[in-house]
Amino acid sequence: MAREVIGNGNELAAEAAIDAGAMFFSGYPITPSSEVMHVASDLLPEIGGKFIQMEDEIGGIAAALGASMTGVKSFTATSGPGISLKAEQIGLGFIAEVPLVIINVMRGGPSTGLPTRVSQADIGQAQYPTHGDYASITLCAGSLSECYTETVRGFNLAEKYMTPVFVLLDETIGHMHGKAILPDLEEVKASIVNRATFDGPIDEYKPYKVPMNKPAVINKMFQGYRHHVTGLHHGDEGFPTEDAVQCEFNIERLVGKINTVAKENDGLDDLPDYEEYMLEDAEVCLIAYGSIGLGAYEAVQKLRAEGIKAGMFRPIMLWPSPAKRIAEIGAKFKDKIFITELNMGQYTKEIERIIKRDDFTTLFKANGRPIAPAEMVAKVKEMM
Amino acid sequence: MAFNYDKYLRVNKMPTLWCWGCGDGVILKATIRAIEKMGWDMDNVCVISGIGCSGRFSSYINCNTIHTTHGRTIAYATGVKLANPGVNVIVVAGDGDSLAIGGNHTIHGCRRNIDLNFILINNFIYGLTNSQISPTTPQGMWCVSAQNGNIDPTFNACNLAIGAGASFVARESMIDPKKLEKILVKGFSHKGFSFIEVNSNCHINLGRKNKMNSAMENLAWIDSITMPVKKWEALSPEEQLNKLPTGVLREVEQAEYCDLYDMVIAAAQGKRGKITQDDFAKKI
Repeated sequence: MAREVIGNGNELAAEAAIDAGAMFFSGYPITPSSEVMHVASDLLPEIGGKFIQMEDEIGGIAAALGASMTGVKSFTATSGPGISLKAEQIGLGFIAEVPLVIINVMRGGPSTGLPTRVSQADIGQAQYPTHGDYASITLCAGSLSECYTETVRGFNLAEKYMTPVFVLLDETIGHMHGKAILPDLEEVKASIVNRATFDGPIDEYKPYKVPMNKPAVINKMFQGYRHHVTGLHHGDEGFPTEDAVQCEFNIERLVGKINTVAKENDGLDDLPDYEEYMLEDAEVCLIAYGSIGLGAYEAVQKLRAEGIKAGMFRPIMLWPSPAKRIAEIGAKFKDKIFITELNMGQYTKEIERIIKRDDFTTLFKANGRPIAPAEMVAKVKEMM
Repeated sequence: MAFNYDKYLRVNKMPTLWCWGCGDGVILKATIRAIEKMGWDMDNVCVISGIGCSGRFSSYINCNTIHTTHGRTIAYATGVKLANPGVNVIVVAGDGDSLAIGGNHTIHGCRRNIDLNFILINNFIYGLTNSQISPTTPQGMWCVSAQNGNIDPTFNACNLAIGAGASFVARESMIDPKKLEKILVKGFSHKGFSFIEVNSNCHINLGRKNKMNSAMENLAWIDSITMPVKKWEALSPEEQLNKLPTGVLREVEQAEYCDLYDMVIAAAQGKRGKITQDDFAKKI
């Protein structure tokens, strides 16, 4: 039975992590994400899990990656400056194929920026958080319920694709307190994905010997299957190599196991990568995500009340983007597309790349304030 | 009967990538002999290393091994150990790794007293990157990043560890492998954070440029700057300044972090009351 709960986005994300099977959290305090840590410190020991507040942001992700390398589901939470500090370790997660959920509650930047105010300016950072070539998975919660469901999904994708996964909240949604409808706990438990394991003879255990576009198959540590984890380019058994053919294969596989798979299967799982609201008969399409999507619902209603047939497209999986659907929207709505984001157009660039046009109407804000439905309505009316 | 290292080595990874005459190989062998003495099941051992010459250490030992990023060994190891308190974790890092880029994790590892066996291989130089000064390079030595001579004061790593609260602190050099093995066994047997500094040579990137052209000359210098702690204590403060004491420098019983965390679990599960200051003898 679906559950009705009261909480804020950060708390719901932490509770989701526990329900998704997390047994380890390490992190470092940072506004506006700290409530994730608070709840983790409370709930994890109740189930015999481990929580540790580390000495800095780097230690905060390194300990979580270390725990996950041994096979324990782990997560960390932070905000933009923390992601910047964690960047190198996230890269180790990518190349060594270590599942990890990284919750980023976005605040204004760059640098210390606007610590207590909302922003969506870490969208680009989530796509390419660290040096080198790889593909990132990034989910963006657009409601309190999604703070929960997308965190659960983040764990499942991390385990399925053996990679760090970003779950993006923003300050508004992280601190928004209210009622959320959560899925039935048994349903959540039944949906849990655990990393694949190799159960053949120990001397045939080669965790990175997998075909193109497939994730590594890495067993839990301390159970007899020994392997080597490294941030260097590595061969089948995880040992360092500089072999040109192997290195090329490694990178193509790291990118392909996410981007190619998403393209071929129209997504990475069976869950919705976007939400559409009153888009069926719409003449103008509003595109928004995260907390700004909440304002866009209201803008659509207001516009309709004034006789303008508006609808909304809200991406949930930002990376890899729901490109097929975005292309269809481009074909259908032509220049009657309105994109609004709390940054200077980071996702607009992706939409332009897919639709191959740049004549959309946009409304960007990067001053730490949300975008009100009335502002969206005014802008849409100008373009009609 | 000769000691059988093959049981503990990834034999197909031999020879090592270390330079001819490098002390790292001696430390690797002493570590293996200490593991044998401990009787550890290698399926239950995790060896974690960082970046630099010592970074390759983990790949040569046949167990569960992790080669992490520069300076972060202790942070990764903290996750490994806290998530799996029953396993034995050895961390190997260089002087650059643990005293420069990773200094913060070193002091907090010592402070938490989590049961890690931390081997700091101190060769007084950044060797792998071709001779830049490290926090232990003596003043006045010549390095490629100190072309007019090094002016940077040095860290005394063991003093740092003692100050930060490590419950076992020892220093040894790899000149006497049997002594080193004994110190490692002591450290491995100790419950809590065992900080073991092992002085080692880098005649290629420190020695060559500082009138120690061979491994033997570099080792003779290490020998000249170290002496057993008992003898060292008898020196005048001026004499002590230029000698590093070897042997066990601190060994105290102190609550271990994973054990303390069991208190948290018990409190969270209602098996005991909340943790208060009364639970600790040391209140500040």
